[in-house]
Amino acid sequence: MIAIPLSHILILASILFVIGFIGVITRKNTLFILMSLEVMLNAVGVAFIGAGSAWQQADGQVMFILILTLAAAEVALGLALLIQMQRRFKSLDIDNLSKLKG
Amino acid sequence: MNDAMLPLITETVLACLPFYPLISFVLLISFGKHLSWRVAAGLSVGAMVFSALSSLFVIQQLSIDVPVITSHLWTWFTLAEEVNQTTTSINIKFYLDGLSAVMISVVTGIGLLIHIFAAAYMKEDENFSRFMAYMNLFIVAMLILVLADNLVLLYLGWEGVGLCSFLLIGFWYHEKANVMAARKAFIVTRVGDTAMAIGLFMLFKELGQLTIVDITQSAQTLWTTGDDKAYWIALLLLGGAVGKSAQLPLQTWLPDAMAGPTPVSALIHAATMVTAGVYLIARMNSVFLLAPQVMTYVAWLGAATLILAGIAALAQSDIKRVLAYSTMSQIGYMMLSLGAGAFSAGVFHLMTHAFFKALLFLTAGAIILALHHQQNLFKMGGLLKRLPFETALFAVGLVCLIALPGSSGFFSKEAIIAQLWSSNTAGPLLWTCAIFGALLTSIYSCRLFFLAFMGESRFEQSLQPSSSKLVKYSLIALAVLSLVGGMFGNIIETSLAQVFPLVTRSALNEPNWLHSVAIATPFVGIIFSWFYFASYRSKDSAGLNKNIFIESTSGLANFCRQGLGFDCLYHWLLVKPYCSLAKLNRRDIFDQLIMLNAWYVALLHDVLKSSQTGKLRWYAAAIGLATFLLLLVLSVDVISTEAS
Amino acid sequence: MISTFIQLNPLQLTFYSAALLAIVASLKVITGKNTVHALLYLVVSLLAVAVCFYLMGAPFAAGLEVIVYAGAILILFVFAIMMFGLGQDETLHAPNIDGSKVNKFNLWFGPFLLALLLLIELVYAINSGEVQAKLTSNTIDAKQVGMLLYGPYLLAVEIASFLLLAGLIGGYHFAKPEGVGLDRKKDLGEHG
Repeated sequence: MIAIPLSHILILASILFVIGFIGVITRKNTLFILMSLEVMLNAVGVAFIGAGSAWQQADGQVMFILILTLAAAEVALGLALLIQMQRRFKSLDIDNLSKLKG
Repeated sequence: MNDAMLPLITETVLACLPFYPLISFVLLISFGKHLSWRVAAGLSVGAMVFSALSSLFVIQQLSIDVPVITSHLWTWFTLAEEVNQTTTSINIKFYLDGLSAVMISVVTGIGLLIHIFAAAYMKEDENFSRFMAYMNLFIVAMLILVLADNLVLLYLGWEGVGLCSFLLIGFWYHEKANVMAARKAFIVTRVGDTAMAIGLFMLFKELGQLTIVDITQSAQTLWTTGDDKAYWIALLLLGGAVGKSAQLPLQTWLPDAMAGPTPVSALIHAATMVTAGVYLIARMNSVFLLAPQVMTYVAWLGAATLILAGIAALAQSDIKRVLAYSTMSQIGYMMLSLGAGAFSAGVFHLMTHAFFKALLFLTAGAIILALHHQQNLFKMGGLLKRLPFETALFAVGLVCLIALPGSSGFFSKEAIIAQLWSSNTAGPLLWTCAIFGALLTSIYSCRLFFLAFMGESRFEQSLQPSSSKLVKYSLIALAVLSLVGGMFGNIIETSLAQVFPLVTRSALNEPNWLHSVAIATPFVGIIFSWFYFASYRSKDSAGLNKNIFIESTSGLANFCRQGLGFDCLYHWLLVKPYCSLAKLNRRDIFDQLIMLNAWYVALLHDVLKSSQTGKLRWYAAAIGLATFLLLLVLSVDVISTEAS
Repeated sequence: MISTFIQLNPLQLTFYSAALLAIVASLKVITGKNTVHALLYLVVSLLAVAVCFYLMGAPFAAGLEVIVYAGAILILFVFAIMMFGLGQDETLHAPNIDGSKVNKFNLWFGPFLLALLLLIELVYAINSGEVQAKLTSNTIDAKQVGMLLYGPYLLAVEIASFLLLAGLIGGYHFAKPEGVGLDRKKDLGEHG
């Protein structure tokens, strides 16, 4: 058994996740939103790794690697969109992008 | 053909009876436009010939030993009934007894003659084949009505004749008045039909039967005389009969129905359809006899109608409207007779009336055609010399209508009047009404005759008498039937004796002078009118014009001409309030209620729309909130299961 | 509270302090006004999480966290920020803060301090024999992960590669300068 209880690891993951979530919904700057998303993804990674080590299975780390690729792709696209946004709107305010409103 | 085969053949012939006109109708309505007059007329009249011959054949098979012939075609549908927890099947089944034999002989016989007449009369009409198709359809419906084994099938025929009546009154639908008349007839009779339908429902609920024979049996076993249920059912059935037979208070449609072509007036609105009410009451006599109160109502309704219609007929200026009111009045006699329990006399009068009223209408039609569609009595006059053939026929019809001794009308009407005095449900007062009605009949008949046929001719144009042999033959046949129809009295009496039960009569002794008075009344009327309407038959045009002027301006005469104000009364009592209600509810309250749904959906839409801001952060927050709620529900669930 | 803290073994102590660091750094990320500083805090947060991974017995994941996350992905962020221009964006959406009063020292001190703490932790964890002894007992090494990845999870790996390809193409397409694809059409319009 490892010395750190799984519940503590999961609490850490939850705290990080919520911090990221707060960032996503409070920040107007799109760049900060992307960074908050990274924090959230990271939190999910913590949960996976913690679970993997708690049950002594490598699957948790496999999942983490997949999340890592996901994060990489997400950041690539997100930043590209960010550049496009800066060009079009001369601003990174996410609230300016509200053309989808009903 | 051996004897064993005979019942089977009879059944088959009976089953096929209504189908000849039906086939003709289908052919005419489908291909009518491409058929020549000869083919179309041949088809429709041929179908009637087949029907008439078939009915003649099947009637001959009826005898004392074979009082009833039935023919089961197929089962229409089955009903689950509550009384015995079993199912009742409603069959397409024809039932021929003495009563329906009389009816089908009238329907097919008179129908055939009127079809022959109509073929010639309507020859020039561009929709000739449509007309003949409707006439055929009418015969089909009427035959189903009178041959029906159960009340549902009867109702099918009942509504079928109503439909045909509607179609034929509005046959010349280019004129608004005709369409209005058709609509009026349809709606007014629908009032009665609704009452009748409710009556049928009640009947089925109470007895669990709809077959007429079964109803007769179970009514007599289940109910005693004066039973409440019998009372209400009889009353509702009477409602249907009143609507169809143009009795008070649903009589207003009949005079307007004269807007249709004259053969229609003769066939539907004089000879056959309007007597369907009489047939219904006669057919359901078992129920009516259990409700003596309703029998009295029937008698009083008949009496009131015959007098009111007689008074209204006195003031009419249109020859067809005079005849229409006289039809109402004569059906009033039939009703009076039924109400008095003299069923066979009523049915007998139904038959003789069909003969002479068809004759009168058709002759009137021939005269109207000769006068270039002039129907106003005041513009006729002196036709005795100009149209002697038609005058003679019309005179025959009027003689029967007045019931001069020897004519068919005499036998049937005397039979009715004779039974009124000592009837349990009628009595001396109704007898007096009938005598008074007879007096009125002779007076308005004389007035009509004087105005149209005597005096100076007031019609300047040259006449166009029909030269068609078909017209002449059919009219002559009807005239002969009208004259000798009284001789069928005994045959009908014997054949109906098995259908109708014997009605007990009160011990009221009849005075000796009853019959003398009844026979003398028409003569009194004729003598009275001979002097009272002297100016109508004189050559003195000044006196005539004066009288015409008086008649057309006097308020009382106008009141009578409008049918004693019933139209006006209904207009103010029913039509106006209904129209104003309809106007009030023009936006349809129930529609608004349904629109409430739409409003509520739109409201929700607005609420939800406000959530769609296009702001990404709000969406993310919404996802978070939803996740929170989901987790909350799950954890509450987990906690509650753990707790239990 | 303090007594229970003292009772913790060194591994646990290291883990909890790394977790605390990660949380504090993450908070600084989302509350930051300056993009670059926020980014630096993010790096610290990721490194702290990497320490946690290491202490949880996943050294391979910890390495990936440092190399891919803190190394590659954050470099992308830095490139993006450079494209927007640094000074322009710093206080753009923080009107409450007066830009001139921002202490230059504070800007770099926080990340520096946190990173220093992490470094101390790492050095301690690597040097301490007790910690190493605990770790080796339940480490899941890269070999196990590799066996799984290229065994049962092969399909997932392929799908991840597709995802990365899509990210590549999408990134190229979106970040393309405006009007590049339209030039030819424009020319045709002028000459036609």
